[in-house]
Amino acid sequence: MNLQVMMQQLAGGMLTTVQIFVLTLLFSLPLGLCISFGRMSGNIVLRGFAKLYISIMRGTPLMLQLLVVYFGPYYIFGIGITSAYRAYAVVIAFAINYAAYFAEIYRGGIESMPKGQYEAAKVLGYTKTQTFFKIIFPQVIKRILPSVTNEVITLVKDTSLAFSIAYAEMFTTAKAIAASQKSMVPFIAAAIFYYVFNFIVAALMEFWEKKMSYYS
Amino acid sequence: MKLLEMNHVKKSFDGNVVLKNISLSVEEGEVVSIIGPSGSGKSTLLRCATLLETMDDGDLYYLNEAAAVSEGGRSVYASGSKLKTIERQFGLVFQNFNLFPHYSVLKNITDAPIHVQKREKKEVIEEARVLLEKMGLSDRADYYPCQLSGGQQQRVSIARALAMNPKILFFDEPTSALDPELTGEILKVITDLAKEKMTMVIVTHEMNFAKEVSDRMIFMDKGVIVEETTPEELFASTNQRTREFLGKYHILNG
Ligand SMILES: Nc1ncnc2c1ncn2[C@@H]1O[C@H](COP(=O)(O)OP(=O)(O)OP(=O)(O)O)[C@@H](O)[C@H]1O
Ligand SMILES: [Mg+2]
Repeated sequence: MNLQVMMQQLAGGMLTTVQIFVLTLLFSLPLGLCISFGRMSGNIVLRGFAKLYISIMRGTPLMLQLLVVYFGPYYIFGIGITSAYRAYAVVIAFAINYAAYFAEIYRGGIESMPKGQYEAAKVLGYTKTQTFFKIIFPQVIKRILPSVTNEVITLVKDTSLAFSIAYAEMFTTAKAIAASQKSMVPFIAAAIFYYVFNFIVAALMEFWEKKMSYYS
Repeated sequence: MKLLEMNHVKKSFDGNVVLKNISLSVEEGEVVSIIGPSGSGKSTLLRCATLLETMDDGDLYYLNEAAAVSEGGRSVYASGSKLKTIERQFGLVFQNFNLFPHYSVLKNITDAPIHVQKREKKEVIEEARVLLEKMGLSDRADYYPCQLSGGQQQRVSIARALAMNPKILFFDEPTSALDPELTGEILKVITDLAKEKMTMVIVTHEMNFAKEVSDRMIFMDKGVIVEETTPEELFASTNQRTREFLGKYHILNG
């Protein structure tokens, strides 16, 4: 296998990694917000459920969760696992895991908002929904951005856990090529890729944080 | 016409009685100020009037529309939609402004008229510019609250309240969060509003200002109204609690 073929295969893995990353964020960010609502709900059942969910998701290894999501349908319900399901399993496991972390971040941000903002909005006649989406949430985003950045950067590296169900993302691909070609090159390429990917993500987040610094 | 009427209001926070049977009514065009020592329940009264706090017992009417009536020893509030229409009658200026930090000055003022009252954007913006001019802030429309002095922020928050065209405006210690040299500018704005016959209820510790601007003054202590009369009479009061309180400000007459 020449370098070019190797790089082509690695490129496929890269694309898959980026896909996992984007899809995980796409689902976990809104899901996390919903869970944080549950966690802050006045309904004791809902609140208890959200609390339990968060504690399980944060208290067990992501790799284990991934295996459960992937093999669960077969072991528990006897449903045959298709190869397409491998991709779904990765995104499902990552999204529900990251949603738990994001839920706690949202909650911290929402609870840190001064009461006066709600009261000013109420006196001005904003509805509860308007108050949340126009007044509270935009300010919450600014407050939680540094914590979200941390999670997002962790996610870039966590995507490699998809390796545990042999999903052909960057890490899995690199390892396979390295083994068959007896070469370090794929690992070095993978390292560079993750580093550059993280660098870009961090730069984007920093740019966003800067953009939000027009007020304090 | 009576704009606000509160009857026999009672309010306690976990057993601690803060308002004991308070009645207050305000006529159109009147300026009423409320004074009293810290913890006497002034803010709580204002918060009950502005629906930020629910009364335990008592009635609350705006322009003879019931927001809450006392039934069987407790306040029963009107439906949510009824309260929403009643909320349009009043505005509130907070001690610490509570401007929306992520909105520009202009957006702070125009957002609620546009998105709550659903008024025409162009007209609202024009009105907001007039208000800003009146507040001496014409050149600050595009600033953010954090770029303004406390006095300027408070003027924006007054403009924000006025943009909703309230019938009655409440102030809870509008100058207490400000450096002394910035209080004057706010008091002047309120004095100007009084001259325009804006109906206002003002909780304040600025005795000289209250004396100048008010048609009526209320002295509250420990959850009750001790005295309610004209500024002249209040400052000449023979009531011992009133004299004791006012004595701290060295402004007693007679
Ligand atoms: N949300 C609350 N929970 C519990 N106690 C409260 C609450 N709000 C007010 N209180 C209590 O009610 C009493 C009256 O408070 P309030 O803020 O109305 O006084 P005030 O006259 O406005 O005082 P100040 O001049 O210091 O602003 C105080 O003892 C206060 O501790
Ligand atoms: Mg107060």
